Amino acid sequence: MKKELTIFDNPKNVKKLLITFYCSLVILLISEFFIHPHPAFSFEHVKGFSAVYGFFSCVLLIFLAKILRLIVMKKENYYDK
Amino acid sequence: MTSNLVPPAIIFILAAILIPFLKGKTKSVYMLLIPVAAFYVLVNIPMGNIWTYEFWGYNLIMGRIDKLSMVFGIIFTIMAFLGILFALKVKDDLQHVAAIVYAGSTLGVVLAGDFLSLYFFWEVMAVSSTFLIIASRTRASREAGFRYILVHLIGGLFLLAGIVLTIQKTGTTAFDYIGLNGIESYLIFIGIALNAAAIPLHAWLPDAYPHGTPTSTVFLSAFTTKSAVYLLIRTFPGADLLIWIGAFMVFVPIFYAVLENDIRKVLAYSLLNQIGFMLVGIGIGTQLALNGATAHAFCHILYKGLLFMAAGSVLQMTGKIKCTEIGGLYKTMPLTCLFCIVGAASISAFPLFSGFVSKSMVVTATVNEKMVFVYLILQFASAGVFHHAGIKVPFFTFFGHDSGIRAKDPSWNMILAMAIAAFACIFIGVFPQPLYNLLPFTVDYVPYTGAHVVGQLQLLMFGALAFALLILSGYYPPEIKSINLDVDWFYRKLGRGGYIVLDKGLNTLNMISEGVVMGFLKGLVSFFKNTAAKIALFVAVNIWLVLGYRDKRLAIKKNQLYNDILNGTLPVGIGAAVAISFILLVFILT
Repeated sequence: MKKELTIFDNPKNVKKLLITFYCSLVILLISEFFIHPHPAFSFEHVKGFSAVYGFFSCVLLIFLAKILRLIVMKKENYYDK
Repeated sequence: MTSNLVPPAIIFILAAILIPFLKGKTKSVYMLLIPVAAFYVLVNIPMGNIWTYEFWGYNLIMGRIDKLSMVFGIIFTIMAFLGILFALKVKDDLQHVAAIVYAGSTLGVVLAGDFLSLYFFWEVMAVSSTFLIIASRTRASREAGFRYILVHLIGGLFLLAGIVLTIQKTGTTAFDYIGLNGIESYLIFIGIALNAAAIPLHAWLPDAYPHGTPTSTVFLSAFTTKSAVYLLIRTFPGADLLIWIGAFMVFVPIFYAVLENDIRKVLAYSLLNQIGFMLVGIGIGTQLALNGATAHAFCHILYKGLLFMAAGSVLQMTGKIKCTEIGGLYKTMPLTCLFCIVGAASISAFPLFSGFVSKSMVVTATVNEKMVFVYLILQFASAGVFHHAGIKVPFFTFFGHDSGIRAKDPSWNMILAMAIAAFACIFIGVFPQPLYNLLPFTVDYVPYTGAHVVGQLQLLMFGALAFALLILSGYYPPEIKSINLDVDWFYRKLGRGGYIVLDKGLNTLNMISEGVVMGFLKGLVSFFKNTAAKIALFVAVNIWLVLGYRDKRLAIKKNQLYNDILNGTLPVGIGAAVAISFILLVFILT
């Protein structure tokens, strides 16, 4: 049997990954204070606008997708019947 | 110099003929040399119109060489090389020949400076790509291929009708900017938009592409839609309608991509979404926007090809491609996983990856034109792309639940093709200038500003946060064995009900056209339908005899070819009959 990677089988590693991820989010929010702002529209003057927009975009995406699923989802053999 | 060079399209198409006669290493080297030869021609031809011929009093221009056609020609040739390399070990000549003719015809479309050669290569493209879909040789792929060719023949008819009317009006076959005015321009627009999979003419794409073989889908993902994008940039830049079609396209398919269970279908929907970005750019029509659309097409071909290669590798090695059936593959397919992540980061427009330097040009163009609403939709879609293509595809394929499958990485040629594509994605992301130098207009754009990098990273990473929280909380829609209805429902389900009506209707239409003007054409159509099969069989059987096929093997070969012809050319017969009726109708109406 060939050697296989099992790095994510260990819950500790997954936890480390998640912590790194959360830290990077905080760094991203802080770093906005140290760069020259270049807002596209007036609402982008608000610090962290992109972060909030990205987050809620994805929540909305999932929410609407779940509703869409109620309408369009069919069994795999739908067209063969 | 020029007179010695053969048009790249012709190189591909003629070279394809020899493939079935070659074997082993010679064959591999030969196939790889085809795009290399075409590339050599491309980089050595001068700007302007070359390869012009006279045909029935009309001018054929097989080489309209300017910066726009050049950049598309280059990327198509590169992608043809990668696709051939990826498919190098496939033991199916039908696929090789179809793929290479397909790549060649796409180059023909891109370099065509007149309507006639454009239309010729356009139809070759439709037919050859159909063979790539039915190459899986399953019932589902045959049916999907049949729907695919029908839809494309109808699209081709719109284009043809528009072309005929335009030539009648202007008296010339040469074309350049057309713009939306008059019925003929709309007919051409519909024909091209269908190939670009513009909503609502998009359903053929997610219907057909996921049925291709592991390797043929790589070709499919690159050529048809992007050659249509090229034509839209050429003929309809600044058409406002495209902004709205594009905005709709970046928006709607991502919901389907989130729900889909089949990874290649997810990628097909994300393909639609990416074309949406290009169409928005074309619709805006400023230099920055058109540069953005072109650059995005360039990058998109590479990273989408890469993603389809990764998905193809998984399908090839495991025989499965549905989220519910795969997972945890990083353990034994680490390289494929790595390349897939590079493709995912590129399509998500992560800084230092190719999508970042191209998509942002389109987004910036909306800012410059003060289109707040479109800007917000594009940003929403950017977060959504990262969500479904950037995270979902690698996550459910290589991580997620452990499916217990222990498949290995694919063969060296597939790895190499993915490695080159991945390298290109990162190279362009880090050094965008070489790509910018290829674009049709001078680029005055700097992608790497602090604000842009941080803003984009915030958008993406907080989108990822939403994904993580939703997965951990269990609210994320579970993967379910299912399909999701799209507008192809109208011709698949309603179509079945209306089949008899349509059948009768078409027959009547045929009878009318037969009786009134074109009686001889019916004979012509059936003549071609029957003799095509017979001639093909006659030629093939002789070749097979020479090659040493006898008895049973010969019988099997004959049977295969006969079926292929039936699957391939039967719709052409129908198409021809409909074509005549359709053009008549257009002439009567205008």
